Formats: sequence, C-alpha cells, structure tokens
Amino acid sequence: MRAGLKKAGLPYLLLFPGLGWLLLFFALPLGFMLFESLKAGTPDSGFLFDWSVSNYSDAVSQFDEQFMRSFEFAGLATLISFVIGYPLAYVIAFRGGRWRNALLLAVIVPFFVTYLIRTLSWETILSDDGAVVSTLQTVGILGEEGRLLDTTASVVLGITYNFLPFMILPLYASLERIDPRLLEAGYDLYGRRRDVFMRVTLPLSMPGVVAGTLLTFIPAAGDFINAELLGTPRQSMIGNVIQSRYLEVGDYPTAAALSFILMGTMLAVVLVWARVAGTEALLGTEGEERRA
Amino acid sequence: MESARTRPSRALAAGEATSAGTVTAARETRGPRNRRTGGKLLDAGLNLYAGLALLYLLVPIAVILVFSFNKPLGRFNFIWQRFSFDAWKDPFGVPGIGDALRVSIEVAGLSTLIATALGTLTALALVRYEFRGRAAVNFFIFIPLATPEVVLGAALLSMFLNFSVATGFTTIVIAHIMFNLSFVIVTVRSRLIGFDRSLEEAAQDLGATPWQTFRLITLPLIMPGVISAALLAFALSIDDYVITSFNNGSTITFPVFIWGAARVAIPPQIYVIASMIFLFTLAMMLLTVWQQRRAERMAAVRPDEPEPSQG
Repeated sequence: MRAGLKKAGLPYLLLFPGLGWLLLFFALPLGFMLFESLKAGTPDSGFLFDWSVSNYSDAVSQFDEQFMRSFEFAGLATLISFVIGYPLAYVIAFRGGRWRNALLLAVIVPFFVTYLIRTLSWETILSDDGAVVSTLQTVGILGEEGRLLDTTASVVLGITYNFLPFMILPLYASLERIDPRLLEAGYDLYGRRRDVFMRVTLPLSMPGVVAGTLLTFIPAAGDFINAELLGTPRQSMIGNVIQSRYLEVGDYPTAAALSFILMGTMLAVVLVWARVAGTEALLGTEGEERRA
Repeated sequence: MESARTRPSRALAAGEATSAGTVTAARETRGPRNRRTGGKLLDAGLNLYAGLALLYLLVPIAVILVFSFNKPLGRFNFIWQRFSFDAWKDPFGVPGIGDALRVSIEVAGLSTLIATALGTLTALALVRYEFRGRAAVNFFIFIPLATPEVVLGAALLSMFLNFSVATGFTTIVIAHIMFNLSFVIVTVRSRLIGFDRSLEEAAQDLGATPWQTFRLITLPLIMPGVISAALLAFALSIDDYVITSFNNGSTITFPVFIWGAARVAIPPQIYVIASMIFLFTLAMMLLTVWQQRRAERMAAVRPDEPEPSQG
C-alpha cells in the first residue's frame, strides 16, 4: 500500500474513465428517465414536466396484470431452473471427474448461439406441425387442436431455458469449492447420505443458491423476448409493455414510470436476499476486505 | 482458487497441503460416492436426471444445426422437409443479413475494446488501492448488473430523446460499452484479488519505473483475466437485442435483423449463420482451453517439482 499512499490521486485517475462512463450513460440517463416519468400529456400533443406523480399509480393499476405475470413467470422459471440445475451442478462437481470441464462446456454451449435464435429454435421444436406436438397428439396427451406454442407453458419453458446456465454456474462454483474432507467427516461420523447432504453440502452451497436465483430471476422478470416469440398478448409481461410503450406507442411517461417500478422491485429483491446472504457474497468482494 | 484458502474448513486442513490440485485429487480418489449407504439406485437416478438436464440444454442447439440443412416449403423453417446444402452454399443469400452481421461484429469489436480498457483500469483501482468511497464504488458498479436490460435501454433512450440525439451506430456502441463495463470490472477484479504484489515491489526495487512495472509485470500477470473479460464482453455485445432495440435508430444489427425477420419469415440461412457463430465460438473456446493447459503444463515442469497428473 506504500505506493498507493504516496500517490493518493492515482486510484481516482484509474477510476475516472470507467466510472465516468457509467455516471454519464447509466446514472444520468436514470435521472432523465425520472424526469420523463413525471411528465404529463399525450403521445400526440407531446409531454411537459408537471410533477405528475400519478403516472406511477396509473401505470400500476393499468398494467398490474402484466406485473403480476412477470413475477409469476420469473418465479416459476427460477424454481424450475433450480430443480433442474442443482442436481446437474452436483453431478458435475462431485462426479464429473475428468469429464468435468467438458460437462461445464456443455452447460454454456447454449450461450454460443444468439439469444433470439435459441428462442426461435424452441419455436421450431414446439410448432403446431412439428414432431413433438404430433407425437403428443397421437399419444393423446394433447387434443386434436391442442398446441404447445403460444401458451403459458411455452413462455415459461423458454425463459427457463434461456437463463438456466445462470443458475447452474454459480451453483457449480459453490459446490466445487466444498472441501471433500468435510463430507468424509460427515460419513465418518455415521451420517447417512441424506444427513450429510442436508447438513453439510446444502448449507455450504447457499452462496451459489442465492447468486443463481438472483441471476435467473432478475433477467427473467424483465424479459420480453420469450413472451413475444413463444407467446401471445395473453402472455405479455412487463418488459413487453415497456418496450411497446417506448418504441411503438410513444407513451414515454408511462413507460418510464413502469421501468422505475420494475427496477425498484428488483433492487428490493436483491436487498432482501443480501440480508439473507450477506452483502459480501453478493458483491463478490470478499477477498478485498481481507487484503486491505 | 483464492477462495480455497478462506473457506471454513481451514482448521481441518491445517498441516496438510491446501493447493487446489491436492483438493481436486482428493475428491477424485475418495469422493463421497457410495460410501456406506451404497445407494447405487440413487446414484444411477441422479446421473440419469443430470443427463436429461443436459439434453434439455443441448437439444435446441442440435435442432439449429440440423434445421440449417433443411429445405423448408414455406417461409418458416419449422417443419423438416428434406436435407439440402442450399442454405450453407449461400449463407448471405437473404437480403440484409450480411450487412447486419457486419454491423454487429463492428459494434462488438469496438465496444469490447473500450469497455475492456476502461473496466481493467477501474478494477485495478478497486483492488489495488485503498481510497475513500471504495465501498460505494463497488456498490455502484453492482447496480447495472441488478437492473433489467429493458430498464437500461429505456433510460438511455430517455436521455437521447431529451437531447434530441439521433440514435444509430454511435449510440449502440455507447450503450454496449455501458452494459459491458460492470461485467468487465467484476471479471478482472475477481482475477486481481489473488494477485501477488511482491512481484511488483521486486521490479521497483530493481529500478523499474511505474510504467515499466505495469507493462512488464502487472499486465502480463492479469492478462488471463483481461482476456476472459474481453471474450465475455464480445459475446454479450454480439448477442444483445434488448438494449440495442432502444438505441439503434435505423441501424440494423444481427439480432435486430432476426427480430424483424422472425414475424415475417425464418429462412434456413438464419440457422446457418447461427451454426457458423456456434462452431466458431466452440473452436475459440477449445483453443483457449488447450493453450491454457499447455501453459500450465509448461509452468509445472520444473526441476524441483514432479509434473502433476492432468485431471
């Protein structure tokens, strides 16, 4: 730290470009969006600043359905991702052996294909005349007119698919760093498999559970691509509303108010989780404090 | 592997070697498998379940590869008709698709370069120096990561609208640098935390200037972190639709092109280009892993240490 004390200005100099960019193109825009959200008017006549706080309550009452649906879909997708992801992360971490890296590669392979095209692929798989639907119709699970596309199930399945690796990777990272000697100790003390899992493995993997659920839930709740490509307006989420209000309708104040409500809700979710997990694990800055 | 040293099991491990390699080796030779309980059925079930989960991840990718060889009858590439090389022979045969891909590569290249440079400096400041407000800066950098993309895009558009800025290529690049910065900072920072400062002090003791120390010691040591941050930034940028859609004006990136096409037609060329990007990324990834392995193996071969077995 000696060099650092000698040149007290250096850290600020290093920070300046990156932090400046974020202040200019992240923080300042939020200020403008706040300004926008308090304007009154119509898309045709234009909007003027008017301390129009009622935009917020109007936005909520007008789009409460889409809000609820977003959290419902995101929650479901997070839950399903966890149920699918935990055993997979566990198997890779503890049974992967020499295949571990190859298995991890398989987990991130979906990211090598553009998000939109991954979602289009599900459109191909679930399409009305596709093999999956006709098989399910033959077996009798789906009726003659039954479909998979444009349903709640297809949207949740798409969201789950697109964010599943975000769940698996942190789970794997936290499982992988568990010292196997702790598990050995559990067995040596005559713990049964279930005991060792519930009392050693699961508690030690909690940081991964918290990170994984957040990394899945946050992008899922703001998503509009899956609802657009795999659903209908009946599945539309808050992201769809914000996008169309901004880019198609031109109703900026409502869209801005909706954005703030969404962002506020997400930050609240993060802070509640931070309480549960401790902020250090969340910010990923554990090592720093100890070094300082 | 810094974490390996700070986990609660430290007391247990006292007196034994705690290097990551030892722990991995221990796990592989005497893992928790089948101890006492002998739950063979449970083991088989768990493996099967994990296999099915992997299948869920991989099937859509396989569908893209397979359907890139399809010759669909209608405008949508949804139903398998017959095998054909037509789309692969003419991948840019759909008007506009080649230009869109070019724009995407330019945006990704430019934004990756700038975001990686700025982000690396920020990460250096955050890990290496103690200064007032560091905790606040750490928190501030975290907020964009916890903000839904649609909000990031909408906020930026609000500002551009207020200043009547015409959106287009430049605003896309500005937006991509913005959302990539936090990812770069977090990635490089996690790499820097395990950094051995005594090497820099040694260089300075031997008369190196601060700039020489940075160029010859610091930069080569943090390079793996910088490269993974750059790869991540490039991947995020070339993939982004949501934030771009708010700030693109009339500029068409590859994802914007697909979004527009998806409602009218899905020609097999889209799957061909996706397959190309996929195969290219896979090859790059494998190459990086292979090079790292080779570097590790070469570093490991020292006269005083036997070569560790590769897991």
